[in-house]
Amino acid sequence: MELKTPLYDVHIAEGGKIVPFAGYLLPVQYKTGVVAEHMAVREKAGLFDVSHMGEITFTGPTALKTLNHILTNDFTGMKTGRVRYSVMCNERGGCVDDVLVYKFGEEEYLVVVNASNRHKDYAHMAANVLEGTEIRDISDAVAQVAIQGPAAPAIMAKLLPAESIPQKYYTAIREVKIDGMSCMISRTGYTGENGYEIYTACGNAENLWKTLRAAGEEYGLIPCGLGARDTLRLEAAMPLYGHEMDEDITPLEAGLGFGVKLGKEEFIGRDALIAAGEPRRVRVGLAVTGRGIIREHQDVFIGDELIGHSTSGTHCPYLGKAVAMALVDAAHAATGTAVEADVRGRRVAAEIVPLPFYVKKDQ
Amino acid sequence: MANIPADLKYTKSHEWVKEEDGLLVVGLTDFAATALGDIVFIRLPEAGEEVTAGESFAEVESVKAVSDVFSPATGKVAEVNEALNDAPEAVNEDPYGAWLIKIAGTEATDELLDASAYEAVCAAEEDA
Repeated sequence: MELKTPLYDVHIAEGGKIVPFAGYLLPVQYKTGVVAEHMAVREKAGLFDVSHMGEITFTGPTALKTLNHILTNDFTGMKTGRVRYSVMCNERGGCVDDVLVYKFGEEEYLVVVNASNRHKDYAHMAANVLEGTEIRDISDAVAQVAIQGPAAPAIMAKLLPAESIPQKYYTAIREVKIDGMSCMISRTGYTGENGYEIYTACGNAENLWKTLRAAGEEYGLIPCGLGARDTLRLEAAMPLYGHEMDEDITPLEAGLGFGVKLGKEEFIGRDALIAAGEPRRVRVGLAVTGRGIIREHQDVFIGDELIGHSTSGTHCPYLGKAVAMALVDAAHAATGTAVEADVRGRRVAAEIVPLPFYVKKDQ
Repeated sequence: MANIPADLKYTKSHEWVKEEDGLLVVGLTDFAATALGDIVFIRLPEAGEEVTAGESFAEVESVKAVSDVFSPATGKVAEVNEALNDAPEAVNEDPYGAWLIKIAGTEATDELLDASAYEAVCAAEEDA
């Protein structure tokens, strides 16, 4: 039984094509289609319902210590109003999930998790929380929309004074009022573009959506579905749980070492990551040079030698070409290496290229 | 509702068929093209290849997924619409103009539907 987000009726009214995803009924696309929605975010702006994401609060005198214990990044010295990416590892060093951590005060944090992992994450957190930290899953009370694209700052500026809009990437401002609705605005996203993720109470979601749609109309803002969210994150080479990482892939193999602080005193999975040493397989980019599209779970070869498998792949609308990400043997991961993927029994040629595939232009 | 021209024949798997100069011209219906979404790649057979009624002869990839295209008849590929190699989106834009292949020497054909029977197939799938 799939749940509806508070914006379900809005998606129907907007012409959304609804599919089940991570336990929720969400639009995979609207009438405009994935390509037009993808291009809107690269060139103008797009609006996404991401209310399915999970939100878990960490409060109390040991909240910081708990986060440093269960997450791979280091939150010591983090300033209030900042956002930090992290992985949560199991004892074997595999990824339980990847998360965003918001700091609201010395004893008050918010951890945003993937919808598909919400219950697993909460159980893992509850089993490892330190005395003096209270955790609470508030996901069902929180709606989230993402406004992404080069026009997003101008659209927000129509609705809010400058001091209410976070200016720096990975910062957030709480207690902002949009049309009287209490919101938290975060300068983050999953598209590789400028933009914001806005959190509010479920009861405000519909009005917030309509307010943003109206403000964005003159800038070409359109609603965007899960299809464009996936092609956008892939073009920007952002990892997706269950593809680039899972319980058997370490964050170091997934190329997420920037969010893993092995120098920290301890965290769950640290010993296993140190014992494993240099990763024997790594995440790389593949640019398709042959004819076809490489998608996930396709074997990657050099000649007859199996060197790994693809984790995600599609035709990227903005780049206008097919790309994929793959997990391959570290010995065969050099940029420029010619490889082939087995696409339903047919070999498709590709070349290892640096990540990300797309970097936004300076604005 | 999808566009279903009355002068064509259809398969249950959403191919359209018409006879032209002794050949069977095959394409994807508007319903199929809309369901697939933006088409970005089509793998077509080569002229001279054998095709079999009810079996896949091409793959159509949209940004979302890959789908097989099934042959309405057994025969030999006489002609391939090579323009689709560079412009697969033509199938979205003009599904009844952007044919995929023409089949010669047709032996057996799959069960072909007229427009009203095909419309019922689409309606049933939309309700599913």
